[in-house]
Amino acid sequence: METDPQHPHPQGMETHLITLKINGKQHSTNIRPWVSLLDCLRDHLDLTGTKKGCDHGQCGACTVICDGKRILSCLSLAVMKDGAEITTVEGIATKNGLHPLQQAFIDHDAFQCGYCTPGQLCSALGLLSEGRASSREEVKELMSGNLCRCGANVGIIDAIMQVKDGGSDE
Amino acid sequence: MNSFKFLTAPDVPAAIQLTDDQPLAAFIAGGTNLLDLWKYNLVNPTALIDISQLATLSALRELENGGFRLGAAVKNADTAYHPIIESRYPLLSKAILAGASAQIRNMASNGGNLLQRTRCYYFYDHQVPCNKRVPGSGCPAREGYNRMHAILGASEACIAVFPSDMCVALAALEARINVTGIDGERSLAFSDFHRLPGERPELDNNLKPGELITSIDLPEKGFPLNYSYLKLRDRHSYAFALVSVATALEMDGHTIKEARIALGGVAHKPWRSLEAEEFLRGKTACRENFAAAADIILEGAVGLEYNRFKIKLAKNAIIRNGMMALDPDAQLPGAQPSL
Repeated sequence: METDPQHPHPQGMETHLITLKINGKQHSTNIRPWVSLLDCLRDHLDLTGTKKGCDHGQCGACTVICDGKRILSCLSLAVMKDGAEITTVEGIATKNGLHPLQQAFIDHDAFQCGYCTPGQLCSALGLLSEGRASSREEVKELMSGNLCRCGANVGIIDAIMQVKDGGSDE
Repeated sequence: MNSFKFLTAPDVPAAIQLTDDQPLAAFIAGGTNLLDLWKYNLVNPTALIDISQLATLSALRELENGGFRLGAAVKNADTAYHPIIESRYPLLSKAILAGASAQIRNMASNGGNLLQRTRCYYFYDHQVPCNKRVPGSGCPAREGYNRMHAILGASEACIAVFPSDMCVALAALEARINVTGIDGERSLAFSDFHRLPGERPELDNNLKPGELITSIDLPEKGFPLNYSYLKLRDRHSYAFALVSVATALEMDGHTIKEARIALGGVAHKPWRSLEAEEFLRGKTACRENFAAAADIILEGAVGLEYNRFKIKLAKNAIIRNGMMALDPDAQLPGAQPSL
């Protein structure tokens, strides 16, 4: 067995076969136990829509929806998500075009560079399905795990409020 | 970062047995802190034992003594939003929701919340000494930038603070921690679970090697009428506390029948003063009495160059939170404390 100085325990070189249902499609891959869900999506499955920001759970750029809940893919082991159903930014548009939330982001200038946007979208969809936020203040609080360094936060909250209130501006 | 094996077990005894063969293994449930520590090379487990799917760790249920049991692998969000926690233990719900972000609360487990490590930046920086990371190497925080650090219960060796919000409420509620190890089960009072740094700051708590937290028991008394959790921090949300206060009161008119006050962000463990709580018994709930209680709680507090503001901040927070506990409904969800 090859030895890698970065990986001092050779027994850890074993891989696990996992299956993920991503955006409605089954994917199977062999991964080592320490591969994050984020790296699995990006590097193993070529789903690069999900972004790596801090890789430490501080920025929210890697947010995906896993079995209906928004989570941070950078702090999830892919091997622990075997059998899970995952939605990434690539899976949120509808057959007829953009998801209303994507359109709302455009309507409200809710991004500039766009790097945080996939995480913002997935997080906002999670927020909407959780149903715990009614006021703008509550939406802000429950979106605090997604940072935007361009400062588009006001537009992001505007966009979420538009979709939450059924398409009307608040 | 080292590589590791990934192991699963059908039940708790089997999971614990695995630690016998793998003494450098770690249990993993949510992984939100463990994997971050691993990425920073602060933990180097030879194996991770997945306990997230174990049925006995995954329940929230009533106890025969009138209390309520929180499974160790249950997610923080599922705990905070559970109807019984919201109605009977709202202080716990508020404290959980004051911590981390929605995503992290969807992932993090109750047991793991108790085992979070400090966010002291010197602990994370391998270029400098740290008695918690490398015992005996020294503590640059004491003479360094110690704005976030402890004002109570610190030692020469360590001035780190424990970061959890959930645990501040659990301390006030006098929860019990149930653990299982190779020698069987035991139950610890919440105040006996975490430890002060003393000469051994590398030890955050009194778990024995290989022991697994299985559940957290809340007593029947949840203080649902008069409670408040106040968290003061550098951002409105998604930041660790500089000072936080969990206050629970049992009132008889304007008179306090029983008071519980626990502080976060000020020590190596959630901080309580039984003397201050005893002082409040039978007293009128007013600013003056909460101020006197705050003086008792903060007796012996030591401020360093950058954190001495915390002493006054903590006193004001205790007073303010005591008054807020008298009218919990006035605290709108997401309402920000005025500084």
